[in-house]
This record gives sequence, structure tokens and C-alpha cells, in this order.
Amino acid sequence: MNSQTTITSTSKKQSTPLPWGQWSIRSIALSYLAVLLIIPLLVILQDGFREGLAEFWRQVTLPIAWHALQLTLWTAAVMTVINTIMGTLTAFVLVRYRFPGKTILNGIIDLPLAIPTLVTGVMLVILFGPQEALGSWLKEQFDFSVIFAPPGIILALLFLTFPFVVRSVQPVLMELDRAQERAAATLGAEGWTIFRRIILPPLTLPVITGALLSFARAIGEFGSIVIVAGNIPFRSLTAAVYVLGEVESENRLGASAVSIVMVAIAFSLLMFADYLRKRSKSSKRETI
Amino acid sequence: MSATNSAHTTLAKVQSPLTDWVDRNKGKLTGGILIMLVVGYVAFLILTPIAALVFGAFEKGFGGILSSLNDPDIFRAFWNTLWISLVVVIIHTIFGTLVAWVFVRHRFPGRDLINGLVDMPFAVSPVVAGYMLLLLFGRNGMLAPVLQSLGIQVAFALPGMVLATLFVTMPFMIRELIPVLEAFDTRQERAAATLGANAWQTFWRVTFPSLRWGMIYGVTLTFARALGEFGAVFVIGGGVQGRTETATLFIFRALDGRQHIAAYSAALVLGLFSLILVLGSDWIRRKGHR
Repeated sequence: MNSQTTITSTSKKQSTPLPWGQWSIRSIALSYLAVLLIIPLLVILQDGFREGLAEFWRQVTLPIAWHALQLTLWTAAVMTVINTIMGTLTAFVLVRYRFPGKTILNGIIDLPLAIPTLVTGVMLVILFGPQEALGSWLKEQFDFSVIFAPPGIILALLFLTFPFVVRSVQPVLMELDRAQERAAATLGAEGWTIFRRIILPPLTLPVITGALLSFARAIGEFGSIVIVAGNIPFRSLTAAVYVLGEVESENRLGASAVSIVMVAIAFSLLMFADYLRKRSKSSKRETI
Repeated sequence: MSATNSAHTTLAKVQSPLTDWVDRNKGKLTGGILIMLVVGYVAFLILTPIAALVFGAFEKGFGGILSSLNDPDIFRAFWNTLWISLVVVIIHTIFGTLVAWVFVRHRFPGRDLINGLVDMPFAVSPVVAGYMLLLLFGRNGMLAPVLQSLGIQVAFALPGMVLATLFVTMPFMIRELIPVLEAFDTRQERAAATLGANAWQTFWRVTFPSLRWGMIYGVTLTFARALGEFGAVFVIGGGVQGRTETATLFIFRALDGRQHIAAYSAALVLGLFSLILVLGSDWIRRKGHR
């Protein structure tokens, strides 16, 4: 339908129809994507599997690599749980309550998108570094270290993924019809029951989408983590930092194998988030 | 029986004026607690680290910042960052518009899959992005013989770093423009065409003006992301001091060499730069929509 209208409009413009103009635009756009996106992704697949599946698996399950992947996944998971709860709560407070400084708070949510992740890492080192006041106090009093340890990774990830859940939940919450809540309140439902039974169900999809995006983004994070966590094997070495180490020591197979695992995780998460988004769009259309 | 019961309730009422007050003000109270929780979380997670960076940079006063920033390496590094970001923004503005156009107006097999792939750079690790380019353009890379015979150096040089930044910033322009193009009413274009405008005039005079705000935001996001890119340019560029060192790579090297004030000051300048960029475009957008 759409392409038809463009074709008819071009044929109206000039006496000669110009399908070749549309074709050249399409081929330029697609070759741009192919060169920048698809070819690099295919190259890494080819490189990781060039010695066969067994060798690929051996590289992935090398103790250091395996531990790095596990650390990446569990720190990302902890971050996602905290971020999902606090992000939903933040969106709820921003939509439902009026308080002084609300506009400022709303603006601060997007700050992590504007700050380079490496700078985020530097900030956390200044706060919690072993030579800094707060860092050494935590170490002495509680034997708790943030820097060069998993808590630093989780903090850095929380910082940079904070906007994702908030910005995914906020618009849906704004559009929510409040008549149902009032009806539930008239029928004697308490605040928490109303939240759980009336408000939460339509938020499920955007909350999950935001959580998936934060998790996917966290898997590949490098700039802040390399500053905050360093590269101590079996302690603070994440998958991205491991790949860098293998590239530098010219272990191509190991670098490619772990890279493929990371790309595969990211790809399946994004596809799933995309599927959920489409589903929520079509269900909205049905209700309307 | 009834007497003891009423006595019991009055007793309970007298005993706990606090719970009574809580009962009456339940809505307000939960609201207050939730607001404090969120404000506290944001202050701890986002504002405290930012404040720490400002204090860290000013540890030796304003003079300390100025003297540590007065280093030819820093100028070179910021120059590289700016130059790479500008080239990336120009390329993505042109080709990103084309890609968004094709996704919205054309139907072809594989469109959904490719549309999904556009988001990949958002989740692919920058290190992996740089490494992919190294596999293609590096010393033992697939394209090494071709590049050598042509005498072009991509890896460990600025062209490779531009490519890496292009990969990492791919989704922003396209994702900003697709919804704008989808909302655009094509009847305006047809009307222009009926009035005798050619394809280019129709695009430039009719379609482009309505894309403008989406484009400004796309440019801002691309620019901010390009300024802060680290992992990908590190892997493909190598971070050679004074040559392929960008602002982020300088900060990394300064931290490694324990030049703390220089690292913090450069981080502050870079952070301020992208902050002004994002706030500025927000301001322009709000002014333009009014």
C-alpha cells in the first residue's frame, strides 16, 4: 500500500516512472547496513567456529572465560532485579505524585545517557576507591570493597541502565485509565491490593521490556567496568574485559568464541524485547 | 459482653493516637515514603558520583585543573574525539535518514530481521565491535591484502576508529527518525508532486522540515555517544599517545599512570561537553515546539 502510493506519486511527478530511484535508495541503505553491521557480525561467527564446534566450546569453558561469563551474567541479573523494582517505583512516583523538584528529578533520569560510561567509572572510583575516604572506611569497618569487586560492577551497571525501565514504564502509566482504580477503591480495595491487581497487570509488558533492555545493555558494558573492576581473573574480570585481554594476547579463537556467546545472548534478548513490544502494540489496538 | 467490647475499643483508641493518625493519613504517608525512597535512590546512585567527580577534579583548586589540562596530548586527544564524532554524525545523518526512509516506505523480504539487527550495536559490547573490525582490517585481517595493495591503513588509525564509532552509534538516528516518518502524512508529498515539484524539491521542502526535530535529537544522541566511546576505539585504534588517542583513551591512560587530577579534569570536561550538548538540544526542541 505504502510503496504503491510512492510509486504512483513519482509517476505523477514526471512523465517517466522512476522505480530505479527508489531502487537505488533501497540498495544504498541496505548496503550501508550490510557493510557496517551484517558483515562484521558474520565475520566474527566465521572466526569463532573456524576450528569446529568442539574447539569453540573448549574456549568458552576455559575456567577463566567461564568464570568471566558467569560473573557478567550474575552481576547483570542482580542489577536487573534492583533496577526493575526501583525503575518502576520511580516511574510511579513521577506520574502519580506532585512534589517540589519533580521536573528536576525527571531530568536527572536521563543524565546517565549523556555521561560517557568511562566517566561513570571514574566517578565511582573517586567515591569508593581504596585510597578515598569512603572506600577505605567501608573497607576498615565492614571489610566491604566496592572497587575491583562485584559491587562496583553492579553499581556502575545500575547507574547507566537507570533510564531504561523508567522510560519504558512511564508512558504506559500515564495513559492508564484511573476509573478502574477508583472503582476498586469504592469496592473496598486497599492501596496495595489496587496496585497489585489493577495497576501492575498492564505494566507487566513495559516492565519486562525495560528489564530485558537493561540486561542486554549490561552484558556488553566495558568502559565503566574496566575502570571500576579492573581485570582480576576469578574475581572481577567480566566477559568484555576478558575479550580485550585475549585480543591483546592474540588468542583469536578465545576472543571470538566468548564474543559469539555475548552477541548471541544480546541478540536473543533484543529479539524477545522486540517481540514483546509488538505484542503489546497489537493488544492495545485490539482493545481500542 | 457489649459493655466490655466498647470499653475495649475506647481503650484501644486512647492507647494509640499514632496508629489512628497513621490510619487517617495512610495515602499521604505512603506517598511521602515512596517519594523519599525514589529521591534518595536517585541522589545516591546518580548525584553523589557526579558530585564526587567535581570535587575530585577541584582537589587542587581551579589552577590545578588548568595546569593539568595544559598538555598537548589532551588537546590532541580532544581534537581526535571531536573530529571522529563530527564525521560520524554527518555520515549517520545522511545514511540514517535513507535507512529510516527505506524501513518506513518500502516492503521487502527480510525487512523485519534487518530492522531488528539495527538495534544490535546497542547490546553488542564495544570491545566486540572493535574486535570485529580488527578481524576485517587488522594486520592478519581478512581484508589485509586488499588494504595493503591499496596502501590504506584502517586499523590503528583514524579511519578504523571512525568505523568503530559508526557501528556503536548506528541505532540512534534511525530509531529517532522511524516514528517521525511513520507519523508523517504522505498526502502532503502527493500534493507537492501534483503542484509540479520534483522528487528532490518534495523531499527538501515538504518531508525534511517535519523530520527536523527528530533529526536534531538523533544528531545529539549520536554525538553524545560518539564523544564517550571507549571500548571500540581502544581495540581498533590502540590508543597510541598523541596519534590515535581520543579523550576517553587519554583519561584511561592518565588513570593508569596515576595522574589523577588530569584524569578527573578531562573526565569532567568530557562529561560537561556531552551534558551541554544534550541539554542544549532539549532546549532547542522545546523552543521549536512552542
